[in-house]
Amino acid sequence: MTPDDADYTFAYLDEATKRMIRRAVLKAVAIPGYQTPFASREMPMPYGWGTGGVQLTAACLTPDDVLKVIDQGADDTTNAVSIRAFFAKVAGVATTESTREATIIQTRHRIPETPLTEDQIMVFQVPIPEPLRFLEPRETETRRMHALADYGLMQVRLYEDVARHGAVTLAYAYPVRVAGRYVMDPSPIPRFDNPKLDRSPALMLFGAGREQRIYALPPWTRVESLDFEDHPFEASKPDRPCALCGAEDSYLDEVIVDDAGGRMFVCSDTDHCANRRAAGAQASAP
Amino acid sequence: MTHGLTGGFAAPAVEAAATFRAVLQAMARPGRIERVRGAAPPPPCSPAAGAVLLTLVDADTPLHLAGRHDGEALRAWARFHTGAPLVGPGEAAFALGEWAALGPLDAYRQGTPEHPDRSATLIVETARLAPAGARLTGPGVRDVAALSLPEIAAFARNAARFPLGLDFILTAGDRLAALPRSARVEAG
Repeated sequence: MTPDDADYTFAYLDEATKRMIRRAVLKAVAIPGYQTPFASREMPMPYGWGTGGVQLTAACLTPDDVLKVIDQGADDTTNAVSIRAFFAKVAGVATTESTREATIIQTRHRIPETPLTEDQIMVFQVPIPEPLRFLEPRETETRRMHALADYGLMQVRLYEDVARHGAVTLAYAYPVRVAGRYVMDPSPIPRFDNPKLDRSPALMLFGAGREQRIYALPPWTRVESLDFEDHPFEASKPDRPCALCGAEDSYLDEVIVDDAGGRMFVCSDTDHCANRRAAGAQASAP
Repeated sequence: MTHGLTGGFAAPAVEAAATFRAVLQAMARPGRIERVRGAAPPPPCSPAAGAVLLTLVDADTPLHLAGRHDGEALRAWARFHTGAPLVGPGEAAFALGEWAALGPLDAYRQGTPEHPDRSATLIVETARLAPAGARLTGPGVRDVAALSLPEIAAFARNAARFPLGLDFILTAGDRLAALPRSARVEAG
C-alpha cells in the first residue's frame, strides 16, 4: 500500500460499522435462511454494483485472505475488476482469478463450477432478498408469512407455471427452502447452480445493500429447491457443449459474435474454462 | 488495576477482523474450536471472551455481566473498551459469565417470530473446551459433531424454540467455540 492508501482503515469501513455488520452476520448464520436487517452504508459505488456483497466482504476479510470476485461467472468484467481493485487498495489483500486459490469469493449471479471447500466463504450480491416480494409487496405481510412459515403463495405461483407451461419456468433466483424452515431467494444465480447450494462445504453469505438484509447458509445445510412430487426440480442449461473447451457439464453463456445472427455458447465460468483449455481440453469440431 | 485502560487490541482493525473470522467459523460449524488473541482483560474474564467483547460489543449493544464477572475491574475494562451500557439480563444484547451465573435463560430476549434475530448472545466461560461430550447435529455439521457443554437440557430446550432462542459463544482461555440456536443438542 502507498502512504495515501494507508489512510483507510483496514477494509474501508469504520470499526463501528464492521461490528454492526458482524453481529448481523452471526445472527444470520444462527438462523439459516432468515433475512437479518442491517444498517447498510453508502459505499463508493452505486447500488446494483454489489454494495451488500462489498460490505459483507469488508466485514469478513483478514489480511491473510485471497479474494476472488466474479460477475456472471467472469473474473474480467467491469464489476469484478473494480471490486477486486477496491479491496486490493483498501485492505491490501491478495487477489486471484483462481477458484482453488481463493479464500473468499464474492459473486454476482454464479457459483463457480470448481467444487468449493471447507476453507472458503462465498459472498453473494443480492438485489431483491425477499423471495415473496413480487407476490406480496408489503414488508409487514411477508415478514408475517416467514414467521408463520406460510409459503402457500409461493407454491401457488409455481403451480400456475406448471398449469400454464407444463413446467416451472423460473430460470434464475429459483426459490429454495433452507433446513426445512425458511424459504430463501438464492440471489439471481441460474437454477443450474441451485444444487450446489445443498450441503455445500463452504459457508455462504448473502448481502443486499439497498434492501439492507443479510442472510446465510452455514456449511452442510440442507437446501431444497421448491417443487412438486409429480414435477420435480430440474437444473437446466443450454443443451450443448462449450464452444471453447467442450465442457458438457458447465453453465453456458450465449454470445453474439457477428452482425449476421451468429452466436456461440461458452462457459460462463471463465476460470473453469481457461483451466480446462490449459489442460488440453478443446471443443470437438462442429 | 481497576482503571481498565490497558489490555485492548493493539491493532484494532486487524485483530478484530481475525477474532471475528474465528467466531464466524465457530458459529457456522458447531463443535469447531478456534483460537483468538490480542485481548488481556482483567480476571476472571478469559482472553477469548475479552477478544469477543472487543470485536462485537459497543455502545449499541447493552451488556450483562453475570456473577463473578460483575466485578469492578471487569466493569471498568468493559466500559472503557466497549462503551456498552451495563444492564440486567432482560435488556442485554450480550451477556458474559460462567454457566451457573448466567441462568435462568428465560430472562434473556429470545427474539420475536417476526424478528428472531433480536435475541441475546451469551458468552459462556468454561473451564475446559473439548470436541467431546454432547452430540450436535443440524446446519453447519456434516454428520455429527461433539462439544463439551456445561449441560444438555437447557441447550436442547433452546434449540427446540427455533427460530427463536439464544446463541452461545463458549470460551476457555484463548479458545472459543459456538452453539447457534439451530444446533440440535443430545447427550453424547
